[in-house]
Parts: sequence; structure tokens; C-alpha cells
Amino acid sequence: MALKRRPEAVGLYDPQFEKDSCGVGFVANIKRQQSNAIIQNARQVLENLEHRSAVGAEKNTGDGSGILVSFPAKFLENKAREAGLELPQDRLYGAGLVFLSQDTRERELQKERFEEVVKEIGQKLIGWRPVPRDSSLIGPQAKACEPEMELIFIEAGKELSREEFERKLFIIRKRATRTIRDTEIDPHAFFYICSLSTRVLVYKGMLKPTQLFPYFSDLSDPAMMSHLAMVHSRFSTNTFPSWDRAHPFRFISHNGEINTLQGNRNKMRGREGKLESKLFGPELGKILPLIEPDLSDSGTFDNVLELLYLSGRSLPEAIMMMIPEAWQNHTTLSQEKKDYYEFQSCLMEPWDGPASIVFTDGDVIGAVLDRNGLRPSRYYITTDDRVILSSEVGVLDLDPALIQVKGRLQPGKMFLVDFREGRIIEDEEIKKRICGKRPYGKWLREQRIEQDILPINGESHRFYPDTILERLRLFGYTFEHVRLILKPMADSGKEPLGSMGNDTPLACLSDKPRLLYDYFKQLFAQVTNPPIDSIREEVVMSLESYMGPEQNLLEETPHHAQRLHLKTPFLTNEQLTALKHLTEKGWKTLTIDTTYPAEPGDERGLLQCLDRLCGEAERAIEEGYTLLILSDRAAGKDRIPVSALLSLGAVHHHLVRIGKRTQIGIILETGEPREVHHFCMLIGYGADAINPYLAFEAMWKMERDGNLSKELSDAKIVQNYIHALDKGMKKVFGKMGISTLESYKGSQIFEAVGIDPEVIDRCFSGTPSRIGGANFQILAKEAKRRHSLAYPERPLPLGLEYLNPGDYNFRAEGEKHMWDPESIANLQIAVRYDRYDAYKAFADHQDARSKEQATLRGVLKFKSTQEIPLESIEPAAKIVRRFVTGAMSFGSISKEAHETLAIAMNRLGGKSNTGEGGEDPERFVPLPNGDSKRSAIKQVASGRFGVTINYLAHADELQIKMAQGAKPGEGGELPGYKVVGEIAKVRHTTPGVVLISPPPHHDIYSIEDLAQLIFDLKNANPDARISVKLVSEIGVGTVAAGVAKAHADHILISGHDGGTGASPLTGIKHAGLPWELGLAETHQTLVMNNLRSRVVLQTDGQLKTARDVVIAAMLGAEEFGFATAALISMGCVMMRKCEKNTCPAGIATQDPKLRAKFAGKPEHVTRFFFFLAEEVRKLMARLGFARFDDMIGRVDLLEVDENVLNWKSERLNLSRLLTPAQRYNADTRVFCCIPQEHGIEKVLDQKLVDQVNCPLSNGSPIRIDHSIKNTDRAVGTLLSHHITKQKGEEGLPEGSVHIRFNGSAGQSFGAWLARGITLELEGDANDYVGKGLSGGRLIIYPPRGARFAPEKNILLGNVALYGATSGEAFFRGIAAERFCVRNSGANAVVEGVGDHGCEYMTGGRIVILGETGRNFAAGMSGGIAYVWDPEQRLMHCLNTEMVEATPLETEEDELTILRLLENHIRFTSSDLAQRIVNEWKRSRKEFMKVLSPEYRRVLESRGEQEKEAVYG
Amino acid sequence: MGKPTGFMEYERRVLEDISPEERLKNYREFHRELDEPERIRQGARCMDCGVPFCQSSYGCPLMNLIPEWNDFIYQGRFEEAFFRLRATNNFPEFTGRVCPAPCETACVLGIHESPVTIKNNECFIIDRAYETGLMVPRPPKVRTGKKVAVVGSGPAGLAAADQLNQAGHLVTVFERADQVGGLLMYGIPNMKLDKNLVLKRVHLMELEGVEFRTNSWVGREVDPEWILEKFDAVVLSIGATVPRDMQIPGRNLGGIHFALEFLTGQTKQLLKGSLSSNGGSISAAGKNVVVIGGGDTGNDCIGTALRHGCVSLKNFELLPKPPKERTPEFPWPLYPRLLKVDYGHEEAIHRFGSDPREWSILSKEFLDDGRGNVRGIRTIRVEWMKDSGGKPVMKEIPGSEEVWKADLVLLALGFLGPEGATLDAFGVEKDNRSTIRAEYGKFVTSNPKVFAAGDGRRGQSLVVWAIHEGRKLSRAVDTYLEGESFLP
Repeated sequence: MALKRRPEAVGLYDPQFEKDSCGVGFVANIKRQQSNAIIQNARQVLENLEHRSAVGAEKNTGDGSGILVSFPAKFLENKAREAGLELPQDRLYGAGLVFLSQDTRERELQKERFEEVVKEIGQKLIGWRPVPRDSSLIGPQAKACEPEMELIFIEAGKELSREEFERKLFIIRKRATRTIRDTEIDPHAFFYICSLSTRVLVYKGMLKPTQLFPYFSDLSDPAMMSHLAMVHSRFSTNTFPSWDRAHPFRFISHNGEINTLQGNRNKMRGREGKLESKLFGPELGKILPLIEPDLSDSGTFDNVLELLYLSGRSLPEAIMMMIPEAWQNHTTLSQEKKDYYEFQSCLMEPWDGPASIVFTDGDVIGAVLDRNGLRPSRYYITTDDRVILSSEVGVLDLDPALIQVKGRLQPGKMFLVDFREGRIIEDEEIKKRICGKRPYGKWLREQRIEQDILPINGESHRFYPDTILERLRLFGYTFEHVRLILKPMADSGKEPLGSMGNDTPLACLSDKPRLLYDYFKQLFAQVTNPPIDSIREEVVMSLESYMGPEQNLLEETPHHAQRLHLKTPFLTNEQLTALKHLTEKGWKTLTIDTTYPAEPGDERGLLQCLDRLCGEAERAIEEGYTLLILSDRAAGKDRIPVSALLSLGAVHHHLVRIGKRTQIGIILETGEPREVHHFCMLIGYGADAINPYLAFEAMWKMERDGNLSKELSDAKIVQNYIHALDKGMKKVFGKMGISTLESYKGSQIFEAVGIDPEVIDRCFSGTPSRIGGANFQILAKEAKRRHSLAYPERPLPLGLEYLNPGDYNFRAEGEKHMWDPESIANLQIAVRYDRYDAYKAFADHQDARSKEQATLRGVLKFKSTQEIPLESIEPAAKIVRRFVTGAMSFGSISKEAHETLAIAMNRLGGKSNTGEGGEDPERFVPLPNGDSKRSAIKQVASGRFGVTINYLAHADELQIKMAQGAKPGEGGELPGYKVVGEIAKVRHTTPGVVLISPPPHHDIYSIEDLAQLIFDLKNANPDARISVKLVSEIGVGTVAAGVAKAHADHILISGHDGGTGASPLTGIKHAGLPWELGLAETHQTLVMNNLRSRVVLQTDGQLKTARDVVIAAMLGAEEFGFATAALISMGCVMMRKCEKNTCPAGIATQDPKLRAKFAGKPEHVTRFFFFLAEEVRKLMARLGFARFDDMIGRVDLLEVDENVLNWKSERLNLSRLLTPAQRYNADTRVFCCIPQEHGIEKVLDQKLVDQVNCPLSNGSPIRIDHSIKNTDRAVGTLLSHHITKQKGEEGLPEGSVHIRFNGSAGQSFGAWLARGITLELEGDANDYVGKGLSGGRLIIYPPRGARFAPEKNILLGNVALYGATSGEAFFRGIAAERFCVRNSGANAVVEGVGDHGCEYMTGGRIVILGETGRNFAAGMSGGIAYVWDPEQRLMHCLNTEMVEATPLETEEDELTILRLLENHIRFTSSDLAQRIVNEWKRSRKEFMKVLSPEYRRVLESRGEQEKEAVYG
Repeated sequence: MGKPTGFMEYERRVLEDISPEERLKNYREFHRELDEPERIRQGARCMDCGVPFCQSSYGCPLMNLIPEWNDFIYQGRFEEAFFRLRATNNFPEFTGRVCPAPCETACVLGIHESPVTIKNNECFIIDRAYETGLMVPRPPKVRTGKKVAVVGSGPAGLAAADQLNQAGHLVTVFERADQVGGLLMYGIPNMKLDKNLVLKRVHLMELEGVEFRTNSWVGREVDPEWILEKFDAVVLSIGATVPRDMQIPGRNLGGIHFALEFLTGQTKQLLKGSLSSNGGSISAAGKNVVVIGGGDTGNDCIGTALRHGCVSLKNFELLPKPPKERTPEFPWPLYPRLLKVDYGHEEAIHRFGSDPREWSILSKEFLDDGRGNVRGIRTIRVEWMKDSGGKPVMKEIPGSEEVWKADLVLLALGFLGPEGATLDAFGVEKDNRSTIRAEYGKFVTSNPKVFAAGDGRRGQSLVVWAIHEGRKLSRAVDTYLEGESFLP
């Protein structure tokens, strides 16, 4: 079934979570020479980027591609003439491609309406010209929604300048779109204007890159000439109709994603009340609301950029405003620039997220990268005045001799071609020009109000010991909040850690009153954009912000800088006092009370209070107040406080709705928030600053009671606490890939689970909440219950002032835990003594627990169906093959536990998972008794520990871990004391040295990157299925659709409640969603997209019983993962101390004494799974399914069990969860039955494998020569696979195979190259060179005929040698960002690197003959980098958190460098290296040695040991 | 919380006892508290489990917040430890002495090592609280004006009285004996639980406003009708005081007594006179004593008889000798039936050189000395097997008859249920186990104004269960009286 338009939200699918990502590029003539050749060049670029786009279920339906050219006047004249239209000679005219309805009558109406709009704006319609297209090329899905297309010609109504006319065209476009699209004359939303301008023309559609030119014959017309051509190929996470969502837009093409979109949109809405423009005059009002409906993030960005541009800012200036550099912590940035950026941040927050944006207005064309540089952009400048910029190099055939410069875009930097001046303007020059336009620094100094120097007038809140216990209870403080959460924060500024998963009920199911915050889950980045490491990459993070009234966005005056500057949003009591009595510059503050009478204390009181707050806030703005404090200080015996989140949400959204939010700052003075999640939510819903007075008091009380670890002053406690909040909050931003507080503020990156639409619509508008739930009445009731507990009519019995509800650790009579003592005991007794009765008791107890409302599945029941005999059901032995154990690394758990799991799963025919951390090759060999310790699933996680070609080759499944249920968006850390000998060995690292797994995979910043990694892994092991592990959250279904299109064979949807060895409690408790929602959404979306039949769907997250398994199958899963249950079978007792290395069961520990206590046996695990499978069979019999496959997706057999709902959950609406997927696509299969096409048979390596003559016959060295181009990806990987299969880890002897290439290598050149292979490349290379290098050698140098200086030009792309374990590499030229990230053993020479070089490195020796970018050696716990630093710039770039830089110390250092340089010269003929070696006496003093002191100690002690061995 | 590696660093150390030689000379408690650093180390051994089995259904019925107070002990913050303990346990000074400590058999550390000394830790906290003046009267600040009668002053009744008094009700406790405390006073010998502790506690409760009426047998001295009329609610915590008997030939001979008669007599004597008195109404001095029943009460009888100065002592148990360590039948965390050497056994071994216990032995007949007094017991050995349904069955072993010398026989065979008269007086129904019919959680009897808890309701059980029931009942009574309750 093909859809004509994108579906509305159906089931759990919601179109607003579609993501896209792409390849972008342009070709331009700097001297503005128009030609058709430029367009044809662009075509070649586009078609060579095809692998960065995607096709869905249909091979001939693409996600979209398009081209933007400069206004082709000649061509348009010809075509207008042919169409019988007369173009004006003396007046301006504009033209644009318009999508219209397929239906003739609708189309006529649309055109009529359009003409009316043209007239209304005072311009003149010349006419329409149908656009010839070849629709025979495109697939049925694209065809079903293919619009009609016509070119419209409009003449300027009177004498207008080009700029004035452009603005008129803009208003016409906005008006027409608003009045036509989606109305009764356009029911299928066909109407869309690609562009309407006198400067540029856009052609685009739902096409594959190779279809664009054949489809639009106009593009091949010789008269179609342009001096620039911008192209774009799209990779979307779905295959729904998207003709209009193709890029380019009117001014930009975008590769990336705006993470903060919701906040940006709301804030733009909030600014509308203040918008004014002399240039537009009153017509500006006609285009509001500013942001058109139904736009992708890129479309929204384009909308705002366009407004900024048309109202008088230049395009580069507007771009700088929206995507500023990371200026706050930049040590070398000029003051002028900092002033500029700071001034702009008083006007607007950054649009944050990974982005490579190409922009043009015809007069300039440029490109910019976001502050993190998370999208590749490479360019060539040729001697014949061409500029070619693209996501990859080698996309256009060029004579190397023509190339003048090879460059790349750097994070936060702009690349600009100015056609008017006929030259390229350097970043420095453009920005200097823009920053010098106005005295921004002076304005700031005169106008800005600095929060931390304000006078404190008046009394501040203090410690009130007499009432504190009551107040703590009133705000729901528990013993755990104080002891577990606040104590470490107060003590030492650290965020509390925990382990294992969350097994308590969702707030909406809990019988206990819960804080409103508990109903919301943090969203996080996965696949389509990367999370950020807020610790190691702190240079890009910032908590600074501005509050108070904003001015008109479209102007710049000194008054714009008059805002209050905060270094952190957390206010001490004194700071709040200062703000309360603010008089500076005429500012004034109104404090309003957010409490309501305790009697009767029901929802009427609550709602009246919210009404009052909104009214008072609105009036405050009218009365000229600049700051608003929402205060619950009046809460007490007679007054109930409204949850700070609720009062904030109500006021914030009220002000957004009336377009006035940006006219006042909102501060919270509240006793409610205490943990990081609370503060994140308050900022995320629009608070500007927060004073958590009661949290302070709670900690002061701890100090006075002697409950802190040491004596601390009140001020120091507050300082520690705020420090912990700062760090914790940055971590939460980082999870979403957001860098600054300004853009996080109001961004609403949460999903509500169990909140009624009435609450969402009023207070959290735009937040997804898919199952309904608690309304105001319930929230009021919860508040009332807390109040009555705080102020009981009779005093509480002794000891009860300390509540411990057991949210974190189990407490009898506390909050429910799924893993309660009975469950653990019964399961262990069952598997140890083979006692089915105990298993049954366990399972019944679990299922009953579920019904007591711990999980969403708990409120479901099976409909009654026809029973069938048990004998007819497929055997348990077959069912157990669907079971896998969860990813737990050797390192997080002990060797004994890890191997027991592997043996058990191999006995069953299920699969165990290595987890992140490699596997000892010894385990690949079966044991004499037939058992095998080899894990069938080999995980590939962000740290890439032990991910060698040998490891990959010995897998049945390769699992790319995008996120982990317990802590999605976070990385991990294995402390040095856990990195004992064996672990270090399999991880290819040094014992005793801390190991850091970064939050993102540094080779996956986007969906097309994931597709590349899947392709790489498939080359590394063509026999293994490739799995992608995702974590449930809203939009995971669309991400999964993208993953399916990226050719994954298998998708795992993990629930939020999965376990972990260690994570901040914030992550364990508050991030991610239950698997029920994610799985069902994924299944529904895949079925709708006809992709479900190509992938196996697996789920995990606290699965335990047959009921869990069957419900998961009905919601769409074919396979099932178990981790905690398997651990418990082996003896885990949920100590929740994994992070402390003190596991008393010998599981999560490396302490030999404790490991000796491990008593688990493989048969314990196999018994569990067989008990489970037998129970599954019984349930299948009851439900009438003989085959498991038939049960998959049968959600129609589930219904809500009304009997188990309680006072809170009875309002839940699970209909979206229970929507049968086939309703929207009845013809598709709903489990995996069609294999993915990976295209491995077509790779270049197939030829190499033949030539190397695998299987290897003899040992004589082989030499091969071959050309290479950017579409040849992962070259050398498949060859390495074949060699490893035969030779194992050893590979071939040195020098056995030498292959010489010529050209531009595609991505992942030499990935996991095995020992004995040398790849030599003359030319250049794209991203991920030598990823996972496994002993091979890489040599890359520029073409011999090149005229540029190699050491000044870019040679290879981002993330080279990521996760390399051994081997060597010689690069004569500069490598882009993130060189050698997570290298653990390769040695390399390179002539300069970009930002974040050697990040997280743990081994290897790197020689850098040139500059490093910012943040060099962040998190580098091992290995040594030698940097040739004659100009002494390294110290500005070094991240000194873990490393220190010293001059060369020993002879060994010198010998290491010299040996590597000599090879570098030998292999690459590097002049630079030769010069350095020639002048070694001098140059050796110019080298700096970078390494971590910890690593140095380990090396030294090892040296001592070796000496002892020699001399002892 | 706690010391993460404490359990790896420190060994379990329980209280040291005064030697049997010394302690047999009197009826005083005989444990010696560890020094403070050692107690702190014992607190540090607690692992602060994510799932603390000690306070689960396998462990402490009172759901004591064991990890929390262990941590406070480790930190040396004994006052906080006391408040955490007091939140769940009204009478730690009793349970810390007499409880068989299911918390310790459920302790997670006990899987692979010796469990935490939870019971000793508890006792330390409360003893320290007494020493440091924390056990002061805390009368409720608000009185509801409602009156509650508690019938029976054993641990269940006392717990109910304490809770309901704290909730603001006016509580009157009726006790038929001359002293308050029920089993705490007369059932448990002074060596195990110093009677001064009971007296001290009762006095404290009096200062907090609880009224105690002793020698007030409801149904005899006190009219139930009057109680029903005068009080807003009635709590029956009358215990399960009907002892199990042994109807074999010779049962009516002199010198055969229920254990409680023996123990009560002894304690009465003590309360009257000096601690070294040897014997009350029934004396074991100079006698050959046989205690039938191998439970805690049996052991108490042994300890008491030894102190009286018996000349020989035997202890019969029908069941077979339990294993010393856990078997698959009783895997962790279940409460195992293990062979333990309690204080009485230890003392008997000390005095007579061998363990007094005989296992798998069935008494067949009490032999007459011709004067109507017992002179001996004829027994037979039994063998235990399992039937087809897995149920244990007993078989007598032919030819294993023996005759044991005995001039004092003490029957410690457990209890059957509450005494019926009081129930009838209140018109309260029994269920088919002969205990009071009152659903757990609601605790209300067939009379809506009358509530029941403790052994009388659930049947013979542990002191911790009695307190548990008293507490839970209080919540039900409080809700009945006030419409809502903040009692836990």
C-alpha cells in the first residue's frame, strides 16, 4: 500500500520524530562564470554520494535528492517563450518550481488561489509552465505521491529593488503556503513551493541521486547554466512520502539534525510579539506564525535563516547567529569575536546539533560546521577557479595537477565563496568583518547585568531546623534522597552512582504518590546524532546563559545587550535575594506565590492557582517587570505547593502562546527539586534560573547531624552541590548531543509516560505522552497525600519522620521491586536443585507482580482463544534458540561468570554476548567435552576494546551497541583497578590503566555513518548477521526504519530498565522508555514502511517469564534477551554494588578472593531457559499457537486488564500500544523472511581476494596495483577477513601482500587490516582510514604530480585509526578531526591533525609533525603522542585533564621517533620528515611528549619488572 | 553506605558468654558485649544489599531497617541507629535477646560466609540507647480521646498498646497475671531476658500514658460487657496459652508438668526474692529431669533445671537430629532447621559431659514410682521416612525400647491456641485451627469492635511475629477509629 502523504501519528508512530541525514556538496565557479558544465560536475558529485543516501523497501524509490542553481535567465527565457509566456524586459521577475496536486480540479483551484495571493501582495503573475519529467523511472511508492510540477513566473509589481522584490516573493510564498497547503483544495498536502526567487532555482523530489537528472530533463538543457550548483542526497529514517522534504531548501542544504528543535520553535513563537522590521513594514504580520507547519528540522532552520536574511542580515551573519562557534571556553579566540557571539546569544540561542550546512543566495556560497564538527566536509580549490565541496573527497574526477588546495571545514568554521568579489574569503576575514560592524563589546559592557556582582539587599533564606522535617516530607524527600543522592553531592560534588537496572514501577503505575518529575523520561541521542562526552569534550559545553527581556530579533541596538548574565542557572539564597531586590537599569522583579490552600486541597485549588499564576505573569509583563520569581516558600501547614514543574510549565507555555515569553525571565524559588533530573526538567521546560532552597537546607541539616563525611561550611556545601549539578546537567545535555544551556533551555527533550493530555496541553505542550494517564485530579491527590503526611493531624510515631520508600534499594513495604527477595530466592532454588515447583513459584510471583502494576505489560491480559494440545506445540529446544543473554563485558563481570554464560548459551543453541571488551582467542577453540566458551554475539561498542579482525571473524552476530538501556547516551569507564592482566590482554590495553568508552561511536554521527559501519562489519565477516542495539524512546521506530534501510540484519530494542555495571543514578532511573513502547513503535513503523520482513527484531529489558516473552512476541519481537535473570540464575543477589568491585557472588568483580565464591554453573542457566521455554509452550497451547512465528505481531490478542488498574493507572490509554501494525500495510510479512542485500559481492576486495589467491597457497610476496575511487569503501577489510579465517590473529608474515592504489579512497580504507598486508595509496582518503587496524600497514601520500605542499593540506578525513589495535600508518599530510581516537596499539606518523586528536587513546606511539587542533589528548589514558611543535602552540590545544606534556626525556623517545620517521620518509617521501631528521639536533628539542602520568608509572614499573627479570 | 569492603576485612564475632561454670551459679544474663571498635567492625560487615534479604519475608518479620542501622553503627552514630531501629521495632531490647534471628539466616553474606551479627547489633543499639538516656518517655502530643482496651500484655499486646498510644488513643492494658509482659515476663527465663528490662519498659509506657491493670482477668475479674461498653475498640492479644499435651499412660502421675508452669514458678520466685533462688513451686533440685520437646522452651527448661541443681538431665525430641549445615531441602535464604547448641545444651554438656538430647525418640509411657509420682519414662526409637507424596512419616523401630529414669518431667511441646473462655466472653469466633478468626491485615474479629493479633490469632510463633501483628493491628484499629492512619 502506498501512501499519498505522510501519515499522521498512528499507533505509536509519530512523524515529528522522523530524522534525516545526508550527503551534501556543491560545485561553483569563483569568478561567477556560468556554465552547464558546473551543473554536470554537480551531477557527478551527487551520483558519487549515492551510498550516503538510502532506498527503502523499493529499490527505485529514493529518500530524496535535489539541486539548487543560480537563476538560469537564458534557460527560463527559452522555456517561457516555448510556453507562450512573455517575460518582462525592463522589470525584475522571479521564478520557482511549485508542487501541485495530481488532481486536475484541485490543481486549478490551487493555482487560482496562488494567483490571488500574488495579486494581494501587489505583484503580477506572468504565468505557469509545466515541467517535463520522466516518471517512468520512479518506484510505485514515490509515484503514488508524486506531485504535478510547474514553474511559476512572477513579475515585480512596480519599481522595486531586487531586495524589495525578494521580500515580496517571500511573503507571497508564505501566504500561499499558509492558505493552500493542507486545506480542502489540497487534502494530500501536495502544494509546496521549492523556491521562489530572482536569484536561485531549486529542483528536487523523492528521487535517488541517480534519478534526479534523468527525471528533470531541464537540468540537462544546455541553456541551463549556472555559476554554482548545490546538490543533496537524503537518507531518511522512513520511506513515507517526502517530495517536499528533499533538500535543498531555499537557502540551505543540511546534513545533520537540530537536537534542540522543539525549544527553538517555542522560543521563536515566543519572540513573535516583539518582531518588527522596517524593511518589511506591516506586511511582516502576514507571515506569522513564522514557522510553517509540517517541516523537518532543516526546513524550520531554513525558515528562520530566511527571515534573518531578508530582514537585513547577510547570510554568513545569520548563519553565525544560529550556529555559533564554541566560544565560551575558547582560549585563543579574539575578544572581538567573543563579544560578537556573546551579544548574539543575548538575542537568540544556538540551534544545536550536528550540522554541516551549505548555504547560498547566489551572491555567496558557503558552508559551515557545527561546534563539534560532527559532519565531514571536504573541499578542493582548483587552478581553473572551481571550488568543489562535499561530504567526501573523490566525488569528481579531477586531474591532480589542477588542485591548488585540499581543505576541510573545521568545527565552528565557515567557508565562503564571494562571487561578487570573485574570491574565497577566509573564516577569519568574514568573521572579523561581521564582528567589527558594531561596538558589541562596548554595548555588552555598558548594558549587560552581571548576576554575580549584584548587591545583596535584604534577608536571605537560612536554615530553619524547627520546621525542616515537615517541609522535607511535604516536598517528598526520602531517606534515600538524602543519603544516596544529596550526600555525595554535598560531600564532594559528585553525582551518585548505581548499578544493575531499575526494577521499580513506572510512576504512573505506582500505588505510591510520586513526584511529577518521575513521570518524565529523558530522551537521548542515538544513531541520527551522537551524544557528546561532556567531560572529555568540555571545551564545547557551556552553562552560561542570559535571562530577562529579549528585544526585537530583527534589529541590533545597545539595548539588546541589556540582559542578565548567569554563569550557572543554580542560584544560592544570597543570589536570589539580590535578584529579588534588583533595581539595576530599571529592572524589577515580581515574586508570585505558587501555593494553594490545603483545604480542600483538590484539583480545583490547583487549577485556580495555575490560572492565577498565568494571569499574574501576564500582568507582570504589562507592568514592566523584567523578572518573575515563582516561589513556593509559602508552603506549609495551610498551603500546598504546586509542583515547581507544573507551575513553571503552565506559566511558560501560557507566555509562549501569547507570544511574550521572551519578555520576562522566570526564576524558581522552590523546595522541590533535588536531583539532577529535576533540574534538567525545569530548565528543559523553560526556567531561566533555580534556587533550590530546601535541598540546601537538607544538606545543611546533614552537616549539623554529622552525616556528611567531613565538616563543611554551609557555603561550601552549596558550592559542592552546584558543582555536582553543573556536571550532572552537562552530562544530560551531552546525552542528547546538546552543548549549551541556552539551547537546552525550553527544548523539552523528554517523553511523558502516563500523563493525561489535559496536563500536557496546558503545561508541557508538544511533549509526547503516548498512553495518557494522570490528570490534574491525580496530581492534586498526590500532592495532598504528601501534605497530609507532612502535617498529620496527629503526630507521627517515633522514627517515622525518616521515610525510606526503597526506590533504589529494596525495602520491605517500600516501593515494589520486580527483583524482590522471593523472586531471587525461588529462581535460584529452581535452577540449582532443578525444582520446577520453585520456578513456577518464581514465575507466578513475577506475573502477579506485573499485575500489581510494575510494568506496562502488567496491565495487559490475553484475550481468550481456542486452546490446542501441548503436544502440537513446537519443542522447547527450538524456542530456546530465540534466547540470548545480554551484553556484559569480561571486565564488568568475572571470567568465570562470562564463560559460564557462553557455555550455557552454546549448549542451548542460543547466543551469549561478549559485551564491550573483546574475547580471548583461546575461547574460539571448542573444549574437549564439546562445550564452547565462544560468545556467538560479538559486540562492537564505542570503545572498540579488543575489536580486532580476528574477533570479528569469529562471530555469528556482530552487534553495534548504539545505546544501553540503563544509561542510554552515556559512555562508560572501567576503573584501573578492574583492568587486571587478562582483561587488559583481551582489551589490548595496559593493566592498571583506566579505560574510557566514549558516549558516541566516533564513526557514527549519523544514519549514513551507521550504514557505513554495517557495511564495514559485513566486510569484516560476511557470514555474521549485523545487529544494531537501540534503546526505547519516542522515535526509536523511525530510527529503526533507518537502520533497516542501512541494511542491518537484526535490530534490538532495549528497555530502559536493563542493567549496568555502573552508571549515574540519573541515567538508571530517568532515561529511556519501557521496551513495550519502543518495541511496538518499531514493529509498527517497520511494518508501515514494508521493512519488517528484512530484519529480525529482538527485545530485552527485565524479561523474566513466559508471559513477558509471549507479550513481547505479540508486540513484534522474534528474539529475546535476558541478562539480569541469567545472572541471578548464576547466583547474583542484586547487591547493586557492581561498580565497587565487591560482588559477594563473584560475578561483578575481578577480586580473586571474591571470584572464588562464584558458584554458578552452565546448567543453572540452561535450566532457567528450559523452564522458561516450557512455560512459553504452555502459554502457546493456551492461546492456540503451534508455531512461534505465528504469534509475532498478534497484538490483537492483547487487551487491558481492567481488574488490575489502581486509582492512578485507571486513566491509562494503551490503544496506541495495541494498534495492529498491519492495519496500515496489510500486504507485508511481519517477521524476518527476506535477507538484506549488502552488496558485498560487488566490492573491490572481491578482486583482491582472487588476486591474493585465497585460500593462500604459498608464502611468496604478492604485489597488486589498482585504481580506487570514493565509492570503493572498506577496501582491504574483506581480504583481511579471508586471511584471518585461515591464519588467525597472527595474520601473514610482514610484507606478504602489498597493494598500491591510485585515486581517492572511499570511507573506511584499510578497516581492520590484518597483519602482513600493506595498503599504499597515492591520492587522498575519506573518513575512518584504518579503523580497527589489526596489524596491517597503511601508507598514504598525495599524488606525485600535486603542486600543493602536503603538510599544509588535508589528506584524510575524520576519525582515522579509530579503535586500532596494532599495525602502523604513515600519512604524508593532515588528518582531519579525531585522529587516533581510542587507538590502543597502532603506531602512526601524520603531518598535522584536527580537533580532539588522540582522544581516549590507550596505547600506541603517534608522531605528529604539525599542529594539533583543540582538545588534544582528552581522556588519553595510555600510549604516547610525540608532537613536533616548533611554534609552541601545543599547550593551547592540550586537554590536561589526564595527560602532561614534557620535552623528550630518554633516548628511547628519540629512537622511537627516529625509527618511525625513517619509515615515514621511506614510504611516503616526506620532505618535512626528511628536514626534521636532517636537523635532528635542533628539531628534537621542538618535540613534546604527551602521556598520562598514570601510564608513565605503569610503564616504569613494568620496566623495573623487566630489569628485575634480566638482572634478578 | 557502610564500608564496601568491610565483609572482606572483618570476621564475624558474636557476644562472648560467661563460662557455664560461672553462669550456672545464678540466673543473670551471661553475654558480654564486645568493645565499641569491634561492634563498629561488626556493623561494617553489612554489605548494604540492594535487596536486603534480612528484612524480607525470609528475614525479619518486623522489616527492621537493618542495612540502615548497621551503617549507623559502622559510622559510630548510635543515636541515629536507635531511631532507625525504633521506627520498625517497638521492643528491640526483647527481640535483640530472644529472637532466633531469621534475619541472620537470610543474610546475604551468609551465602558464602558467616552472616552479619544482626541480632547482637540490634541489642547493642537499644542497650546503648538506654545507657545514653535516649529511652525517655515521649507521650503523644495530641490525644484523640478514643479509648482502647488491650487484653493480654504479651509482646503483641504491648506493641499494640505502644503504637495506639503513640497514635493518641488512651490505652488500657488488662493482664490476668500479677506482672505485665506475658511470655516476656514468665515464659522466658531471666538468663535470656532480664526481667528488669521488661519492668523498665512497662514503666516507660506508663509514663507515656498507657494504663496497665494486672491481676485483671477479663472474663473473671473484669466484665467483658463493661469493656465493650467503655472502650471504643478492643484488642485481643491473649496469646496461645493452651499447651500441647501428651496423652500417654501415666500422664496423670505427679512430677509431670508443663514447661510454662515450671518456668513461671521460677521467675515468680526470682521477682520475689534473690537471683540465686533455686526453685519456685516446682523445683528440679536433686532430681532426675527429662524435658520432652526440643525447642527453645525445652532448652530454657534445661537451663533452669541445671540452675536448680538437677542430678541428671535428658531432653527428648521426636524428630531426627538435624544437620549442622544447610541441605538442598533448606537452601538459602529459607530458615533452616539446623543443629544448634543453645545455652542450656552447652551448660548440660559442661555439667554432665554429654549432650542431653536424644533424637527420634518417642515416649510411650510414664512409669509410676508406686506413690503416684513419676519414676521413669519408657520410650521407643523411631525412624523417619517419606511417603509417596513426599510427606514425612514415622515408623517405630522394633526392639528399641528403653526406660529412662525421671522424677521430674517437663513437657515443652508447644501450644495449641488461645483459651476459649475469653473469646466466648467477647463473642468472638475461632477458625478451624482453633485460633481467633481475624483476617491478616484487617485483624478484625467477628465482632466489628474487637480486633485480634499475636499468637492467639496466628497460632504459636516468634516474639517478632507477635510485635509485627501488634503493629499491623494498630494500623487497622487506628483506621477504624479515625478513618485514616499514619501508623506503618
